Amino acid sequence: MIPGVIEPGGDVATLLYIAAFSLFIYGLMQGTHPRTAKTGNLIAAGGMAVAVITTLLLDGVGNWGVILGGLFVGSAIGVIASVRVQMTEMPQMVALYNGVGGGAVALIAWAEFRHAPANFELDSFIPILFAAVVGSVSFWGSNIAFAKLQDLIPTRPIAVPGQQFINGLLLLGLIVACVVLASSDDPSEGLFIALLIGAAALGNLVVLPIGGADMPVVISLLNAFTGLSAAAAGFALDNVALIVAGTLVGSSGTILTLEMANAMNRSVPNILFAGFGGAPAAGAGSGEERPHTSIGPQDAAIKLAYADNVVIVPGYGLAVAQAQHAVKEMADELEKRGVNVNYAIHPVAGRMPGHMNVLLAEADVPYEKLREMEDINPEMPRTDVAVVIGANDVTNPAAKNDPNSPIAGMPIIEVHEAKEVIVIKRSLSPGFAGIDNDLFYEPNTSMLFGDAKAAAAEIAAEIPNL
Amino acid sequence: MDLVTELTIFILAAFVGFTVISKVPTTLHTPLMSQTNAIHGIVMLGGLIVAGVADGALEHIIAFIAIAFGAINIVGGFMVTDRMLGMFVRKPDGGSK
Repeated sequence: MIPGVIEPGGDVATLLYIAAFSLFIYGLMQGTHPRTAKTGNLIAAGGMAVAVITTLLLDGVGNWGVILGGLFVGSAIGVIASVRVQMTEMPQMVALYNGVGGGAVALIAWAEFRHAPANFELDSFIPILFAAVVGSVSFWGSNIAFAKLQDLIPTRPIAVPGQQFINGLLLLGLIVACVVLASSDDPSEGLFIALLIGAAALGNLVVLPIGGADMPVVISLLNAFTGLSAAAAGFALDNVALIVAGTLVGSSGTILTLEMANAMNRSVPNILFAGFGGAPAAGAGSGEERPHTSIGPQDAAIKLAYADNVVIVPGYGLAVAQAQHAVKEMADELEKRGVNVNYAIHPVAGRMPGHMNVLLAEADVPYEKLREMEDINPEMPRTDVAVVIGANDVTNPAAKNDPNSPIAGMPIIEVHEAKEVIVIKRSLSPGFAGIDNDLFYEPNTSMLFGDAKAAAAEIAAEIPNL
Repeated sequence: MDLVTELTIFILAAFVGFTVISKVPTTLHTPLMSQTNAIHGIVMLGGLIVAGVADGALEHIIAFIAIAFGAINIVGGFMVTDRMLGMFVRKPDGGSK
């Protein structure tokens, strides 16, 4: 490598950066279809290679020990993590990658800050402050999201009394600190570090009270945050590739956040600041026994084998049990008998947007069979058997029928409209929203208690004998 | 580059982002998120640049961690996206349409 051949901020560097971000955009455009998406990802990765190599060749880039060491350590961790991660663990992996991205932004902002007072310009100083705050929020928020998804800390909402008030004060404090820093002739580094720490506290406090069911929204939002903080770093460094790439990510995260919030019929502020409140504890604590019908795998196999239309509703429980392959086998057996099998995917099935689709794709379910909620709900009354596997809240009819339910108004897969429902689940325990599911006690619902994977395998084994 | 030019780029990029991302089907939202996640790893460029002006132990450490974080983000992000998308590609029914 011959470092120092490209002039920073010169035409060559800018042209190469333009090439890099064009490849990002073109790569994302290929992501609109499953067949082209893989190539699209490689194209975007190529764009990244152009951007990184260009930067390495910039005049003034040095300290090769630090650079090569960081590249080596980071790449090694990235390779190992991405090869070993299970598809079920994808949400926490994305949260973690998102967190390190945010952390990098905050650190770069800090390093920039230490060099800023020499040629103090507001139009690069304000982005530095923005990048520091948002990067730090994103880093800590993502780490908490990771810890919740990995079950390192409880997924239920952890609330502190006066939470909103504390968060509000903290946010106000951060803004005041930014104004003081920006208006000072000799900004204090102590205050800057306090800013990073305050933002870290805010990231923790905002994500801690959010329950597991809201994780898809949180991950999307943090993704948008990291993107925007990267764009801000681009403003500070006058780097066009950073501005464009960061903004693309910001848009993408924003769209996904809004889509997820719509899928739960809640506003983003409501999810962020209300949690599920204290309601879940009350609902879960009632613990009364209600009559329900329980069946075994043999009965379930009979119901399914003599049906014409079967809809499988997978939920996170399926992912946890790694049951996607067993479920695919069950569906294959049914299809051999001429049963029409489809999958109804709720937008927030799983722990991040589109998570369930990836899990089923891993089990070789053709993506044409993965039907979206709006698409399949009208077909529910014509469905002979709906099989709910490891899903709970997204099938709870209370969302439609009970205006007082904590999940009232949330769009659901309307399995209660099907002629029969089989629910494969470990127990009658409530889902992430912490409320009882009325579906389990409906007269046309049969509960098949057990591990999703074992149950699906047993059903699959029974079907050929019928 | 002056601030106005940068803001122009920012606004246009936001519109391009919204237009392109809106067309991505729900099926691909997880790979999309993981791919955009890898793209924001581009902040590593900032780490490479600040490494060049790093002065003293603290700044070297900051630059080192920033670069390592960025590299995890980029390498891990693109690789894991590739793995996921591979599952959509090798569908027997996938290519027949």
